[in-house]
Amino acid sequence: MSVLLIAEHNNKEIKPFTFNAITAASQIETDLHVLLIGNNCGDIAKSLSEMSAVKKVLHAEAAHYENYLAENFAPLVVKVSENYSHIVSSANTFGKNLMPRVAALLDTSQISDIIKVISPDTFLRPIYAGNALATVKSTDTKKCITIRPTSFEPCETSGGSALIEKIEAAAEFSLSKFIKREEVKSDRPELGTARVVIAGGRGMQNGENFKLINAVADKLNAAIGASRAAVDAGYISNEHQVGQTGKVVVPDLYIAVGISGAIQHLAGMKESKIIVAINKDGEAPIFSIADYGLEADLFEALPQLLEELNKLNTIQR
Amino acid sequence: MKILVAVKRVIDYNVRVRVKEDGSGVVTENIKMSSNPPDDNAIEEAVKIKEAGKATEIIAITVGEEKSQETVRKALAVGADRGILVKVDGIVEPLAVAKVLQKIVDKEKPDLVFMGKQAIDDDCNQTGQMLSALLNWPQATFASKIEIKDKILRVTREIDEGLETIEVNVPAIVTCDLRLNEPRYASLPNIMKAKKKPLEVLSASDLGVDITPRLQQIKVEEPPKRKAGIKVTSVAELVNKLKNEAKVI
Repeated sequence: MSVLLIAEHNNKEIKPFTFNAITAASQIETDLHVLLIGNNCGDIAKSLSEMSAVKKVLHAEAAHYENYLAENFAPLVVKVSENYSHIVSSANTFGKNLMPRVAALLDTSQISDIIKVISPDTFLRPIYAGNALATVKSTDTKKCITIRPTSFEPCETSGGSALIEKIEAAAEFSLSKFIKREEVKSDRPELGTARVVIAGGRGMQNGENFKLINAVADKLNAAIGASRAAVDAGYISNEHQVGQTGKVVVPDLYIAVGISGAIQHLAGMKESKIIVAINKDGEAPIFSIADYGLEADLFEALPQLLEELNKLNTIQR
Repeated sequence: MKILVAVKRVIDYNVRVRVKEDGSGVVTENIKMSSNPPDDNAIEEAVKIKEAGKATEIIAITVGEEKSQETVRKALAVGADRGILVKVDGIVEPLAVAKVLQKIVDKEKPDLVFMGKQAIDDDCNQTGQMLSALLNWPQATFASKIEIKDKILRVTREIDEGLETIEVNVPAIVTCDLRLNEPRYASLPNIMKAKKKPLEVLSASDLGVDITPRLQQIKVEEPPKRKAGIKVTSVAELVNKLKNEAKVI
């Protein structure tokens, strides 16, 4: 049997986690087909067909696919899934919203957020905010899986020439309606894929003080993260939240500033290659997982950090 | 309008979870249990809607072992009118929970079903979406704001890119984010009153739902531990270490 990957995109470009999901899907089964559902997204079909891991692209177009409502996508995925043993997508808000709807319609027990493919029916996934890892084996004939993007490398985007097959759209679900999307535009790297992340917590005291973080982020070409406490307090918007109920990040360098290190936050960043903690409370739990801890007042440390970085001749981008 | 709120009893979010030595699961004996945090937001939102005069009844339901009654009682103490416990033993997967809830929805005919967006134990984030699929209802997941206009719900959803607003027709499922509201604490008099509120106990087999797990849990293990790092004494030392030792800047 073959594996079906549901592409995430915005009709103009492929969302980067699709590349990680393609890698994960190809580890399950090499006969990998991609299902592209959208509106006027022919260029994306072409890009997908050029990826070496992709053997076929199934492409459905309709106006009601413009805003990727799960209610519209799910019936089409179910219809297409007949010929597939596995249906895969990313465990981000796109896949989390869509896949369970597909799984329930197929009467299959979904395996969420896998971090490793052990065999085509057995997978490793974190539970309890990553404080335990469960090995689970599916007994369902059809398997619905979401993958943790940061646990799989992005796939090659060239070297392939897959067939693009147009398929018919399914009917529109009329009871749900997209109204608007407020995307925060930023010139900084995306949080989920950034090489460096600098994150602020409750210790920042207010939103205005995040300018200290921004200045260092500009210097390091870093994405900006935040603890839930900082987002809840309104210092910064929700898409910056790192943790169990926010985003999972695995940068080369994670700088936690004024973040105490609740388990729910650690769940989203403890796999980072190098962790730096700056906190004035020497007993803060964040120090127990930091490679480099600096016990200091962040309002002094951040300007100093910028100054020291300015002294460097070169900084990796 | 009638609102059904699904809640789950989980290990308290402040407990450091430990894996059992035999790899069969995590230690739950003598561990503090609580309601799943975003389920508290789901109850709170239902109560606020009722207080605003837009809902007539709130039913709290859980699917779990006998002790899960505590979680339903807590929901009753903050404002739910009556409770249902569907008793099951052992692991019950989101698909099975969704099937149980479907049966209850068929019976109770609520206009809205609320629940937390994910349970903090298995971190699945599936049940609400699955229930919407089984009922063929709209789903508004990861909700951080809900506005009710007659038979339409306008819901702001937290997504990776920022915020999204959708409108769904009632009946609908909403899964709640922690930022939806600030859950209230139950007062002592209300806790006492909650003990007298009706709580119906059913079993999955009464409802004719097969809850046999489809996933075999082969083993549960500790994640690899990070090696303890060092403390630096100055920002200059930190930058030097990052540049010359870790080589990440």
